Amino acid sequence: MDKGVAITLFPAWKNAGPSTVDKPTIEKETRSKEDLDLPWQVVVHNDPVNLMSYVTMVFQRVFGYPREKAERHMLEVHHGGRSILWSGMRERAELYVQQLHGYLLLATLEKTG
Amino acid sequence: MEICRRNDEIEISELDPFLAELLRQIPASTNPDGVPAAEERIFSPPTNGNETEICAEWKLYVQPELRRLFQTATETVVADLEQLNGNEKKFANRTLRIPSKHADAWLNALNQARLVIAAKYRFTDGELSDQFRSPIGSRRDLSLFQVNFYGFLQEFILRELGGWEQGPSS
Repeated sequence: MDKGVAITLFPAWKNAGPSTVDKPTIEKETRSKEDLDLPWQVVVHNDPVNLMSYVTMVFQRVFGYPREKAERHMLEVHHGGRSILWSGMRERAELYVQQLHGYLLLATLEKTG
Repeated sequence: MEICRRNDEIEISELDPFLAELLRQIPASTNPDGVPAAEERIFSPPTNGNETEICAEWKLYVQPELRRLFQTATETVVADLEQLNGNEKKFANRTLRIPSKHADAWLNALNQARLVIAAKYRFTDGELSDQFRSPIGSRRDLSLFQVNFYGFLQEFILRELGGWEQGPSS
């Protein structure tokens, strides 16, 4: 897993006299990217208003799924109340949820585990 | 009312004044203002509530984009509906032609309208699957009919859209 490194410099120049230069304090902040890189799930929830054929079309368009796979997910949503459409990096998951909201589907992103 | 596909258009002909009026109502019906349940449904949260930071960013950056998207779709429908405001007699049947390139906008606007109306009247699953209820009776019955009529149009557009995406009609 990649580690993000942020280095913050706090030069003490403000209080320094003309002939003295303090050593800058270097603070190292190491932040794990694990929070960002954990797999996220794109979940679509049941909605009695959206048409089944419409939901199938949206899954085909957004995820590029073939019709059979899109229909399987649509039926899972319809009968089970929800279906996990995709899982992966957060950024992409957010993009998918945004697209699904653009089609007015009830979709959320959820952290796995 | 007759509905059919002609080349690159969906043609809805023999539209009686009642159905024409329901079509004219689409843009106004997409407006969730003043109905918190409808606003919440149209702009649903991106998480199940645990990720407050994501929800806050969503409101700030994504919701305005979605608002624009929905507005654009509605404006396209408004422009197409101008066809129903001709100089014919008030009670004459009308014809509406929807170009194939406007199909997505119509699907979106019809969906907005259906969701807003359903949220406003809090229709139950049973009511929503009752396709045969008469629109005459109460405002609620009329609104349920409206939801089902818009759904019927969506189904037709979707079917034809499938045909357009697969290639020219035979």
